[in-house]
Amino acid sequence: MAVLVYINSENGITKNAYEVVTYAKKLEEQVIVITTGPKDESSLSKLGEYGAKKILIDSSFSGKDSQQLTRIIGSAVESTNANTIVFSHDTVAKTIAPRLSVKLKAGLISGAIEIPNGDKIKVNVFSGKAFGNVKIYSEKRIISVLPNSIQPEKNQSNCIIEDFNGSAGDTRIKLIDTKKIEGDIPLPEAELVVSGGRGLKGPENWNIIEDLAKELGAATACSRPVSDIGWRPHNEHVGQTGIAIRPNLYIAAGISGAIQHLAGVNGSKTIVVINTDSEAPFFKAADYGIIGDAFEVLPRLTESIKKFKASN
Amino acid sequence: MKILVCISKSPDTTSKISFIDNNSKFNEEGVQYIVNPYDEWYALVRALELKEENGGSVSIITVGNSQDEAIMRKALAIGADNAIRIDTDPKDAYSVAMQISEYAKKNNFDMILTGKETINYNGSQVGGMIAEDMDLPFISLASKLEANGNTLKIESEDIGGIQVLEVNTPVVISCAKGMAEQRIPNMRGIMAARTKPLNIVPPIDVESLTKFESYNLPEAKSACKMINPENIDELVELLHNEAKVI
Ligand SMILES: Cc1cc2nc3c(=O)[nH]c(=O)nc-3n(C[C@H](O)[C@H](O)[C@H](O)COP(=O)(O)OP(=O)(O)OC[C@H]3O[C@@H](n4cnc5c(N)ncnc54)[C@H](O)[C@@H]3O)c2cc1C
Repeated sequence: MAVLVYINSENGITKNAYEVVTYAKKLEEQVIVITTGPKDESSLSKLGEYGAKKILIDSSFSGKDSQQLTRIIGSAVESTNANTIVFSHDTVAKTIAPRLSVKLKAGLISGAIEIPNGDKIKVNVFSGKAFGNVKIYSEKRIISVLPNSIQPEKNQSNCIIEDFNGSAGDTRIKLIDTKKIEGDIPLPEAELVVSGGRGLKGPENWNIIEDLAKELGAATACSRPVSDIGWRPHNEHVGQTGIAIRPNLYIAAGISGAIQHLAGVNGSKTIVVINTDSEAPFFKAADYGIIGDAFEVLPRLTESIKKFKASN
Repeated sequence: MKILVCISKSPDTTSKISFIDNNSKFNEEGVQYIVNPYDEWYALVRALELKEENGGSVSIITVGNSQDEAIMRKALAIGADNAIRIDTDPKDAYSVAMQISEYAKKNNFDMILTGKETINYNGSQVGGMIAEDMDLPFISLASKLEANGNTLKIESEDIGGIQVLEVNTPVVISCAKGMAEQRIPNMRGIMAARTKPLNIVPPIDVESLTKFESYNLPEAKSACKMINPENIDELVELLHNEAKVI
């Protein structure tokens, strides 16, 4: 049986693509990728290094209609006879995977964080406060893997690229405009994140967060009140009612560590907390803590990283 | 404009999460349920604003048992006109979506709104499933929604940015932050909610496709290592050599 992996290659092939191909390869030997977008053979063929055997590309499709994409993936499922379909749990998967689930009557698991051991699949639930082990009872299954959960592993395969006509059909959704967030690293995919809370006192002070993020190559995030007051954009709000992230490193400055904030970040591998208050609850969830003023500690940390980079 | 808002209950955000029966069941003891924040703050409030601007009605729907009527009354107090409860315990996203879609097919809504996900299962599944079953367009993670007659202009999250889309009703939309601001129900709303219609609808027979077999809690973190703010180089050294994250 084959596993079909959907990859969004609109913005090129990112690390999340290697994660899902790695995940699929652990399930079945026969890994087939379906994608739309530009036919960039050299970057697509890199997926072969992680175990993809075949890449189907429908370059006739453009647009943003989840129904059309669902039709394309549906026909790829049919032609490959795949029994498992794997997505990266990103904004595109959140629109297509549920549609595909109904179309194929295939159980859908969202937010898988581990390679399955037996028939149960581990997912994040309660916004990161717990894990659930889910079983699928339908014949076909769809698994949407949480970004940054799986370490990509090389597994060289002979990989062929084939044109595919998935018959997308008509669309009822018109794309008017796209606004890219320029120069930033998308938060859900970021491996390193620097985050600020109300302790930073105002938006004019965010340069100290940004300087450190830039030096590290990190994305920036914030606590909910910070985005509610409009100091930072909504898409930076992490937590139970923002986005849940799992970077390798999360540096939190001037954030108290309320339970709702922790829910969205406690999947981070390493947490560094900088707070003037030694009693701040965040220290209980941290790996490394600094009791100190963010206005002094952050610039010092930026300098120290600079020095470290120069000597390594 | 006739709008249906899908409402789910979720444990209050301060709830301590634990499990019983051999970790197979969520421990509800002492847990206070609230309207799932995304459903309440964004989907419901934006629906009410659209009704205030253009006329029409806002219905809320939930799949659940009689205990869920408390959160339904809360949604009515915020301003929904009427409520529908499909009388069965929710099993999985698929079965919930099929119940709602069955009801919606018979009642001609212009718009079906959901929150972007629940804060307990975080699946982001129900909206897209309803759309597919009803053969409707689906736009997820919407942060802005303007209506001009039956044409909607929607901003929604895309990978690394925002997209602006246009679509005609009927349509299914999942709502995220930016859509609207939370509304606190006032006394008049709470009083009015007591007499607003709450219809109980029998469920259809539908199987579930997935099941949560067990749960577990994250392992406790080992103690936090404190670093002297005068010696930040030590932190960088630890992040490199011990945590191996830089
Ligand atoms: C239903 C609900 C959902 C919620 N969802 C979320 C969510 O998704 N995400 C989220 O973040 N919150 C959420 N919250 C809010 C949450 O409860 C907290 O209020 C919020 O996280 C606090 O933000 P903060 O830590 O930035 O601010 P504060 O709690 O005000 O903390 C500021 C911290 O900065 C420290 N500080 C002050 N000055 C300095 C300095 N110079 N240097 C270093 N440290 C300093 C202080 O000691 C303090 O610990 C939610 C709340 C509710 C009720």
